[in-house]
Amino acid sequence: MWLTHVVLCQGLDDGPDFLSEEDRGPRAVNVDLQTDATLQVDISDALSERDKVKFTVHTKSTLPNFKQNEFSVVRQHEEFIWLHDSFVENEEYAGYIIPPAPPRPDFDASREKLQKLGEGEGSMTKEEFTKMKQELEAEYLAIFKKTVAMHEVFLCRVAAHPVLRKDLNFHVFLEYNQDLSVRGKNKREKMEDFFKNVVKSADGVLVAGVKDVDDFFEHEKTFLLEYHNRVKDASAKSDRMIRSHKSAADDINRIASTLYTLGTQDSTDVCKFFLKVSELFEKTRKIEARVAADEDLKLADLLKYYLRESQAAKDLLYRRGRALVDYENANKALDRARAKNKDVLQAETSQQVCCQKFEKISESAKQELIDFKTRRVAAFRKNLVELAELELKHAKGNLQLLQSCLGVLKGDT
Amino acid sequence: MAASSRRNPPPLPGAENQDPLSEMADEDSDEGEDIFVGNSNPVAEAFQPDTANGEEPADLFSEAETSTAANSYITNSKSNGVHSDNENDLFAEVSVELSMENPSTTAKSSGAEFTPSLTLSATQPESMEQLEEEKDEDSFDMEVAVTNPEKIGDGMNAYMAYKVSTRTTLPMFRNRTFSVWRRFSDFLGLYEKLSVKHSLNGCIIPPPPEKSVVGMTKVKVGKDDSSSADFVERRRAALERYLQRVVCHPSLLQDPDVREFLERDELPRAVGTHTLSGAGFLKMINRASDAVSKMTIKISDSDAWFDNKLQEVESEELQLRKLHAVVDSLVNHRKELCGNTAVFAKSMAMLGNSEDNTALSRALSQLAEVEDKMETLHQEQAASDFFILAELLADYIRLLGAVRGCFEQRMKTWQRWQEAQSTLQKKREVEAKLLWANKPDKLQQAKEEITEWEGKVTQYERDFDRISVTVRKEFLRFEKEKSNDFKSQIVKYLESLLQSQQRVICTLF
Repeated sequence: MWLTHVVLCQGLDDGPDFLSEEDRGPRAVNVDLQTDATLQVDISDALSERDKVKFTVHTKSTLPNFKQNEFSVVRQHEEFIWLHDSFVENEEYAGYIIPPAPPRPDFDASREKLQKLGEGEGSMTKEEFTKMKQELEAEYLAIFKKTVAMHEVFLCRVAAHPVLRKDLNFHVFLEYNQDLSVRGKNKREKMEDFFKNVVKSADGVLVAGVKDVDDFFEHEKTFLLEYHNRVKDASAKSDRMIRSHKSAADDINRIASTLYTLGTQDSTDVCKFFLKVSELFEKTRKIEARVAADEDLKLADLLKYYLRESQAAKDLLYRRGRALVDYENANKALDRARAKNKDVLQAETSQQVCCQKFEKISESAKQELIDFKTRRVAAFRKNLVELAELELKHAKGNLQLLQSCLGVLKGDT
Repeated sequence: MAASSRRNPPPLPGAENQDPLSEMADEDSDEGEDIFVGNSNPVAEAFQPDTANGEEPADLFSEAETSTAANSYITNSKSNGVHSDNENDLFAEVSVELSMENPSTTAKSSGAEFTPSLTLSATQPESMEQLEEEKDEDSFDMEVAVTNPEKIGDGMNAYMAYKVSTRTTLPMFRNRTFSVWRRFSDFLGLYEKLSVKHSLNGCIIPPPPEKSVVGMTKVKVGKDDSSSADFVERRRAALERYLQRVVCHPSLLQDPDVREFLERDELPRAVGTHTLSGAGFLKMINRASDAVSKMTIKISDSDAWFDNKLQEVESEELQLRKLHAVVDSLVNHRKELCGNTAVFAKSMAMLGNSEDNTALSRALSQLAEVEDKMETLHQEQAASDFFILAELLADYIRLLGAVRGCFEQRMKTWQRWQEAQSTLQKKREVEAKLLWANKPDKLQQAKEEITEWEGKVTQYERDFDRISVTVRKEFLRFEKEKSNDFKSQIVKYLESLLQSQQRVICTLF
């Protein structure tokens, strides 16, 4: 288990320790990992400051190449990205599915809302204000937990991968006490990246057009393409659905508070009635909000994660395809060289290199893709089951609330 | 006060002819009102233009005949009509009356076809009647229902006609059960007439639902989609609640206009209810001038009760408006949710299709189905949110407006009294001056005027007292009704929430 210590330094009071409310279970929600004693990585703490989030990466390892058995460092989001990019750029890892980089922590929306709340403080009653503040804090916390989870998943995946875990950069990342002085990409580099992406996607289209000899890969290619698109679609739609769910829950909250005001105006029968109903709505709303949050967590996050992973798998296939094309080109070059009897040795060596590369990639790719499938199935199963159980639990809770309230109300009238 | 827009079909009476009293006993049963359970609209043609007076009960019969098959005839006839269980007996009574006073062919034929009920009731009509009257001596057994919206006519001249059915035991009505066809402007006309007559007395007159040019135009144009069906349903429910409030009001019920509205076959077209007519403009002008004068009157009341109550009413109206806005937004969000869930379900289904692991694929498709069902649930929830809660709030916002109008009437009366007093004062001064200036002829005139105005002052004072009393009484009654209404509606809403949660659980299982 892990601790999340949230310090909201936004001009509001220090938030309490939110850990107690719900222990998030094993955070490797989207990935089914066997944790291995030789290298265990987790994020033991996280601090949110004005603009950035500081993660405390905690490692426990029995591997000899680390100086100690247990140690922690503080890392920021850019450093994770740097690590990920170093994997991607490393030719050695071309045959592996690189675990997708965690998305940037995005507190903008939450921050805006907090600001608006602060500005509108004068126009609301004290209860409304405290209530909204609590809500926003809870939202902030939820986003925070999510981003921590995603960074952690990334690290765990790397640690679990038989090859990637040995990467030097990774060890540096885990161990190096000082700041890695990784700066975010400046504008020029971003532009370069952008162009590289354009070229890559164009290339990707070309490469994808090449029919693969191996049935397995051909099948995988078509499958992944389709799957990726559909996951993207499902992810977007699930987001929208959850958003409406949340706004409906918000509305119920407002109804509850208006009913409360109505109820406090007078002490007649009706008003007591209103007060009780308002209470009920408050509780239902909490449950509805939880339902939406659970859906978000189990379903939407799952879909998003697999969106990214399937993209990574596609990238792998692309690299393999690229290697195949290179190999074939090298073959052709060799044939041409042999025909012309010029630079034969050079052509041969390059062909050899390409061949090796291609075969290496193919081998590992096959394994990776199979792993990907098993992982995916397991993760989906786990999450869907949990989601169903949670929804059932909430529905029952809701039911009970409504029944008891109705009982009271009917008994009164 | 019944304010139900959800009609549950009444339990099909098994062999309940022996115990019809149970039905008579419940006053405001929301469930008993599903009229013409099996009927479909085509029946309307049967009687719109040619109902002659006194044939209403026969019409109910003919409806039953034309739309139901022979074997289900008897059971249907039992559950049709306003009175779910007593029908046989009541109709028998009625047909008996008809055959005696109005030997029209339809009445005869329906009488003939109703032989089973006739034989039954022939033996005990008297006792039934006696029992009915005994039971209902001191209780209002009066129920109205608005059903069967029918589109009459075509194009821009089309309108919706609603069937207003009444079931009552009050002696002042000619029959026990009867129904007429009314259109929306008729309802508005009724309101106009009532407000002209009664608002000066300080009664709180329930306001009818609002006009909606957009909605009606859609219906007229014939767009046959869910939004116009929704609109018609809303209007029908609102008209029903309006009528129910009117008949629950003891003094309004006595009004001949109300009776005429409920009973008379053809009402003269209510002019002055059309928005763009001359009368409409006049009303707008009047309302504007009223608003101005309202701002200038400040009543100095010895009775603080009215002031307090007015303030309460105003703040409550504010709160209700807020609540209504929030409930509206909830309804919208739920509708959105339901749309999004549907879309999501489809997308999940596609995902399940493309997933090659069969178990997972099946699981995903099942998820898609579940989500689909959730969508229907959400939709129903939204509908119930709307029909029960939002409409209730809208109604009460309008009613509170009427209450405020009532208070304003009182203020106007007070103002009139004060003005009369000041005129009297002036006349007295004039008299004093004349006395001092010693002009005997003018003096006489002045004295006459003074007596006249003194009379007026006393009368206005009495008016004011009377209206104060009425307003107070009305207000208390209104409060009681309101609290009952709110309670029952909210309970109903919570029950519907309960139901939908249960269904969610069933789906998830």
